[in-house]
Amino acid sequence: MTEPLLRVRDLKTYFVTEQGSGTARAVDGVSFEVHPGETLGIVGESGCGKTVTSLSILRLIPEPPGHIRPGSFIEFEGRNLLTLAPKELRAIRGNQIAMVFQEPMTSLNPVFTAGDQIGEAAVVHQGLSRKAARRRAIDMLRLVGIPDPEERVDHYPHQLSGGMRQRVMIAMALICHPKLLIADEPTTALDVTIQAQILELLDRLQADLGMAVMLITHDLGVVAGSADRVIVMYAGQIVEQAPTVELFARPLHPYSEGLMASVPRIDAPPRQRHGRLHTIPGQVPAATAWPPGCRFHPRCPYAWDRCRQEEPPLLDAGTGEPGTHTVRCWLLTEPRRRTPRP
Amino acid sequence: MTAALVQVEGLVKHFRVERGLFRVGRPRRLVRAVDGVSFAISAGRTLGLVGESGCGKSTVARSTLRLIEPDAGSVAAGPRQLRALRRRMQIVFQDPYGSLNPRMTVRQTLAEPLAIHRLARGAEAERRIAALLEEVGLDPTFANAYPHELSGGQRQRVGIARALSVEPEFVVLDEAVSALDVSVQAQVLNLLTDLQQRRRLTYLFIAHDLAVVKYIADQVAVMYLGRIVEHAPAAALYQAPRHPYTRSLLSAIPVPNPNAARQRIVLPGDVPSPVAPPPGCHFHPRCPHPKKNDLCRVETPRLREVAPAHFAACHFAEEPM
Repeated sequence: MTEPLLRVRDLKTYFVTEQGSGTARAVDGVSFEVHPGETLGIVGESGCGKTVTSLSILRLIPEPPGHIRPGSFIEFEGRNLLTLAPKELRAIRGNQIAMVFQEPMTSLNPVFTAGDQIGEAAVVHQGLSRKAARRRAIDMLRLVGIPDPEERVDHYPHQLSGGMRQRVMIAMALICHPKLLIADEPTTALDVTIQAQILELLDRLQADLGMAVMLITHDLGVVAGSADRVIVMYAGQIVEQAPTVELFARPLHPYSEGLMASVPRIDAPPRQRHGRLHTIPGQVPAATAWPPGCRFHPRCPYAWDRCRQEEPPLLDAGTGEPGTHTVRCWLLTEPRRRTPRP
Repeated sequence: MTAALVQVEGLVKHFRVERGLFRVGRPRRLVRAVDGVSFAISAGRTLGLVGESGCGKSTVARSTLRLIEPDAGSVAAGPRQLRALRRRMQIVFQDPYGSLNPRMTVRQTLAEPLAIHRLARGAEAERRIAALLEEVGLDPTFANAYPHELSGGQRQRVGIARALSVEPEFVVLDEAVSALDVSVQAQVLNLLTDLQQRRRLTYLFIAHDLAVVKYIADQVAVMYLGRIVEHAPAAALYQAPRHPYTRSLLSAIPVPNPNAARQRIVLPGDVPSPVAPPPGCHFHPRCPHPKKNDLCRVETPRLREVAPAHFAACHFAEEPM
């Protein structure tokens, strides 16, 4: 196994809530690794902590109200990002680690042209002249498949369509050839035909540039098509981690299982009239008051006493190499309790 | 087939947009949001209306209820004109944050339509509100809550309760589950299915997500740039789509199966502006159909029956792709 590019250990990012009524433990002890060239998918629903995890890596968490707890550890190519001086951090951010956000309209500055914004990182990190940066920006626009790049380079964000804005965001992120691209819901705001274009583009660029990608999404379909490995998050924690094929074939955490069963599928057989979707009862608890024991137990169809009292660690599923498939569930110690669903 | 409860004929809605920042002396432009849309929905059934941003599906929804006035076309429900029947037609919007008044409790939100339509007041209204909340799966104590105290799924249930409060026959669901997380979305979809059965409701279900529509619709209509390009029973549309746009849309949806061997048709370019739609078939500049030819650039294909009850607006709908 190669040396990991990024190593996150016991990351805890907490927020002090407005009313001072409590601390939201948005990310609560998350550990994982990203290897060079791989695509790691992180899936989960709103409030599970997937976005806060990615923002923490780049130290983009607003402080206050947020803070990364002592004891957390984020190592990129052997350096702890959490103890780097601001100047050293800036040399990495946007250069070796880049990020693409969900909202291409609000993440682009409306008063600068596409070319200015794409070229900025090359000026800052590589000392390119304005003129050289503009030429690089045109190359990048061509790379991400925008027609007439010589013309588009001088356009402002409002002159571009949603799909083109997202391509500009990707061009911005990739201009310095980062080793790691963090893509947070990169296609969520886009129509499905444009989403297909962007996913193809990311696949192609990853193959060409050999970078690693952390793909954060709520869409299991997107993960299935793009990721090598998947992390499923719930209530600020990783609840399951496995190679993509393995996870979709054998989801072991009841949350992963329930999530997969509740997705409407285009490849499902025609519906029965008044047929029903599987649902996970209840809703995600508040980050200020995670349930005791296993955080999923109030919604879990298999929960028993132990789940209500004792928080499960990530347990090895015993498939493949140790650590390739881990699950935060006591069912792994008592598999016969996985009775057919009620 | 039961009689149509809702019949929409030749619906047209064009919006005028002023050009530029300083509006004087510039020519106006016309956005052809809806350009001759017709459909019928049988009582107790669901028509799914799908398409991407800007295709005109929400304008169809609003024109059908006459929340905006269409430029042409007729909307009829049974023998009577629809406008007098507003009470019997309701809408649930996408954004459960924006569509509830933040200063009103759930009780006030639900009591208002009851009062306006003189359906109930006082203790009777109170009883009805409790029953409505229960029907949409909320505890009656939620009547005292303000919208900000509710989760997205709970808010959407309140939006559904508000629509049901006046006992409509026809409900337009405009991206009603699109903003919800997967597990909550499944709960609300099941709720909608239950309510339809219990109250014999007729739905116009508008969504951009064809997988969601597959679960709820009996008939599906696909829109592109203001026109319906395909309209068929759900099973036929998903199994044997005829319009190249529908085929591409279906192929582009990511499937939660890493082993799926699928041919993804990636359409080139963006949806053209509805201000200046391409001549002939609106879809021709992006069309991947191998038979595409000059005819497509010149002649607008009309929606024609290409298989029993299966309509498609493509000159080559019978040809394999």
